Amino acid sequence: MSDLIERFLAGDRRALARLLTHAENRTELGRHAEQAIFGRTGRAQVVGVTGPPGAGKSTLVNALIREFRDRGRTVAVLAVDPSSPLTGGAALGDRIRMLENAGDPGVYIRSMATRGRMGGLALAVSSATHLLDAFGFDVILIETVGVGQGEVDIADIADTTVLLQVPGLGDSIQTIKAGILEIADILVVNKADQPDARQVVRDLRNMLLLGDHTSRTTPILETVATEGTGIPELASAIDAHYTHINQTGGREQRVHRRLLREVEQLAGERFERWFTAMLASDDLAAERQALLDRRVDPRSLAERIISHYAITHSGRRSG
Amino acid sequence: MAAAARRRPIRVLIAKPGLDGHDRGAKVMARALRDAGMEVIYTGLFQTPEMIARAAADEDVDVVGLSILSGAHNALFPRIIEELGNAGLDDVLIVAGGTIPDQDIPVLRQLGVAAIFGPGTPLQKAVEFIRQHAPVREETT
Repeated sequence: MSDLIERFLAGDRRALARLLTHAENRTELGRHAEQAIFGRTGRAQVVGVTGPPGAGKSTLVNALIREFRDRGRTVAVLAVDPSSPLTGGAALGDRIRMLENAGDPGVYIRSMATRGRMGGLALAVSSATHLLDAFGFDVILIETVGVGQGEVDIADIADTTVLLQVPGLGDSIQTIKAGILEIADILVVNKADQPDARQVVRDLRNMLLLGDHTSRTTPILETVATEGTGIPELASAIDAHYTHINQTGGREQRVHRRLLREVEQLAGERFERWFTAMLASDDLAAERQALLDRRVDPRSLAERIISHYAITHSGRRSG
Repeated sequence: MAAAARRRPIRVLIAKPGLDGHDRGAKVMARALRDAGMEVIYTGLFQTPEMIARAAADEDVDVVGLSILSGAHNALFPRIIEELGNAGLDDVLIVAGGTIPDQDIPVLRQLGVAAIFGPGTPLQKAVEFIRQHAPVREETT
């Protein structure tokens, strides 16, 4: 069993692949592995790439892999695509854009399905990032699912969040809305060879001018990912942002927030599972009936289960 | 839904080895497996045996599905299976689809291709075969 962890620590790529599966499936071994390797994490530069479906995220990630490799760094990619809400199945198609790096041992690409998680990422992305970090990759690129306006989980995980925009998605009013535009450390207008690209850049620039001028301004870059145009500049902007947050102590804050958030999520995940099981259990058959008969309201029932949780769990601690 | 949630999704790599550019069958199959609750990674066209093995290993799939219409299966499949072995994927389920003449099937079966789904195979038959034969590798807790 722990043989896998040993092989991982010795740099066996196949062991990394197996442990990523364990992390995804939330197995016992996955948890052991995370304990064993956590001390080695914290060294990788984590870059999030997000944006609407079809904006060119995978193609851009592919171009960034090549650019960072040219700069002598190893690169791991986590590419997240949605799971079906109906069947749980998924078609993971990001890898298809990243084939040119397929033979390079300094590149590792892993596709991941959201498995019901909202927010643009899979639940296991944090664990997977720890594994890739501990394995020694210099840069970890995390590609979110195609997002709309509110999927901002990536900002909790990444040191630098790159948000892609493309022409044709709406007028300048879209740029003053709250949500995803606020979490971007770098804005990229991809498909910049298309006619309306200049207008998108202008709208974004105006949006930034309306805001707070005291902090660092968010760079706006133009790329044509399919041709590699603007990619060296983007890689440099990513590195510049990383240097900036390291120098100002911003990274420490981010990492701190990230780890606390992860604890919160893991605890929430466990509690949710307990709660769902509890709610469905035979012990609560009468309460469920009372709910259906409208003798008890949903909030009261929720409160009752939570206090039950508090009692059983404090009891377990003292006993 | 509850049953699907209990068992982790089967992960499948659908690969197009060699030089034929027809991937409708591969896409139809990918879609059918997705709708059957599996996680399907599609590699796209023109894959070398090394690329297929690398993708299967890194993605840690349970099943590799090879789609081929070029007639080069007798040359490519042995190399793919060898590369899969080199990558440490001895327990992966290998299936194939496409235009493979009947007389080639025994040899490919002997090599380790567990099933060959020719033209006209009902999708459900392929889906069921994969569901029943995909290796079960670990407990979900």
